[in-house]
Amino acid sequence: MDGDYAIAEGGLAAGCRFFAGYPITPSTETAERFSSRIPFVGGVFVQMEDELASIAAMIGASWGGKKAMTVTSGPGFSLMMENIGLACMMETPLVIANVQRGGPSTGLPTLTGQQDMMQAKWGSHGDYEIIALSPDSPQGCFDLTIKAFNLSELYRVPVFVMTDECVGHMHEKVIIPPAEEIELVERKWYTGPKDKYLPYKNDKDGVPFMVRAGEGYRFHTTGLTHDQRGYPVINAECQDVCVRHLVDKIKNKADKIIEFEEEETDKADVIVLSYGITSRVSIRAVQKARKAGIKVGTLRLITVWPFPERRIRELAPKIKAFVVPEINYGQVVYEVERCAAGEAPAIHVPHCGGWVHDPEDILKAIKEAAK
Amino acid sequence: MKQTEHLEEKNPMEHFLRMDRIPHIWCPGCGIGTVVTSFAEALRKSQIDLDKVVVVSGIGCTGRVAGYVKLDSFHTTHGRAIPFATGLKLAHPDLKVIVFSGDGDIFGIGGNHFIHAARRNMDITVICVNNFNYAMTGGQVAATTPITANASTAPFGNFEYPFSLPYLAEAAGATALAKRGFSFIEVITPCVTLYARRNRLGDGLNLLKYYYEKSEIQHGADTRTLDISYQGKLIVGKFIDIEKPTFLDAMNNHLGKVLGEKYRPYGVKT
Repeated sequence: MDGDYAIAEGGLAAGCRFFAGYPITPSTETAERFSSRIPFVGGVFVQMEDELASIAAMIGASWGGKKAMTVTSGPGFSLMMENIGLACMMETPLVIANVQRGGPSTGLPTLTGQQDMMQAKWGSHGDYEIIALSPDSPQGCFDLTIKAFNLSELYRVPVFVMTDECVGHMHEKVIIPPAEEIELVERKWYTGPKDKYLPYKNDKDGVPFMVRAGEGYRFHTTGLTHDQRGYPVINAECQDVCVRHLVDKIKNKADKIIEFEEEETDKADVIVLSYGITSRVSIRAVQKARKAGIKVGTLRLITVWPFPERRIRELAPKIKAFVVPEINYGQVVYEVERCAAGEAPAIHVPHCGGWVHDPEDILKAIKEAAK
Repeated sequence: MKQTEHLEEKNPMEHFLRMDRIPHIWCPGCGIGTVVTSFAEALRKSQIDLDKVVVVSGIGCTGRVAGYVKLDSFHTTHGRAIPFATGLKLAHPDLKVIVFSGDGDIFGIGGNHFIHAARRNMDITVICVNNFNYAMTGGQVAATTPITANASTAPFGNFEYPFSLPYLAEAAGATALAKRGFSFIEVITPCVTLYARRNRLGDGLNLLKYYYEKSEIQHGADTRTLDISYQGKLIVGKFIDIEKPTFLDAMNNHLGKVLGEKYRPYGVKT
């Protein structure tokens, strides 16, 4: 199956029973797949009037006790930004897959891009942290959608599956394991006395307990800066506690959240750091470079946000340079540069979108880096 | 003895309100408090299980209602209370979901969601407090401001045609209040500090008099005749009383029919 279908299957396998979406190329197949599967599983697919409504409905559904997801692409992702902030502020688990296409604006609806990577991290106003994953295959789409749900439930945060048109439309074998072999994480439901429930009181792990609506807790939650009770408190002191918590609950667990794949990095002079479809395209360049005698390692990001800062810092002094191909004009490369902190340059291989890199361009950068 | 007991009695609204958040932010003379009181009274009379009632508000003066009622309550983003409520209701069909928000929130920024929720016959109730302007931000012109009324962004009077909310609701597919489905209540409400002051309409008492004297009850009136002109007549009443399958009813009926036994009905009480 293709990557878009695999996202829908991953969601269903993760126990998602609520999908609110709006058609947008090249992501629509996920919504189509979900809508054709859900009647036999028991759940709801609703096609909303726009992406603003989709994300709002998902937040509502999550507080109604369901695992909720949607899929979109650039323009729809832009429309979702305000309520992604609300989901962060209300600490609502949900999963959004972004099958990236070339932008800005309507851009290239049918052609690939990796230009929303920074938007995933910074797109909504204010300070917050999210988690973003990047699959490089349909199998990755399936696996990482399940992982996205698990992380989202565990940390009560929106999680993005940042794929792209190529992976979304790529047909490959996807192995769906039996349900009992799939490890699922449920959010921590509060079960204590009803009058003692504080929706934003942190548990030991830094994540507050959740309840669903209609259970008699009579809780309140708001997009305003709030205290433990969920009540709005409009001052700098409460803002400090509230926002610090939203950032810290992810930052402090970064090492547990972050996943990447490394190959031959221990003796490398050059490390090609990539993610999504670009990591598949890089393989050819890396093989050719190795044939030419260059010691090349690879680091494929599976978790893009939070960023594997510590690992980049460890690797930087040991190598000549990072090579960072991305289908954008420079996004993740700046993060590599920041983390390398001058110990090794980060050489970007840009591509404006519409197609993948020519491996020769990546090879050229590797050769440059090895000098 | 009896007298003392009476004096110690609590405000009958207390069990319904988050008293730890009172005093509220609304201005003296504002009508929102009256609407909340009426809402509480309606809930009491209906004897509905309050644990199952959820209030979803957007942004603005009325958006603050969610923060004061002692129910499960969500203060969401500007204009998005209805889709939020849609998701909540679909995820948990046992809930009685009430959207409580203002005219700017529901019919300005959120207008599209209103017509679509009505079209789908989503089983929620929308209560719109219409005070003819964007009050929280200082009295700007709204989609409901009567023609010639003054607003801070229509300083020489409004010349845009306003929406007639019941007409819009009926056209989009709203059903009856006491029945399942998408129901809608517009409450025309005084805004003393902004709308009335800017239009020199007097204080709270003057406004109450105006609403009292200019209101005319006409149940079943044709919704095409309900336009509100500046300081004109206000026709009030119950205008729409129809019944049709809700979104979930329609979904279950249709998919059950088409897919037969393979279909897993959703949200149906067994």
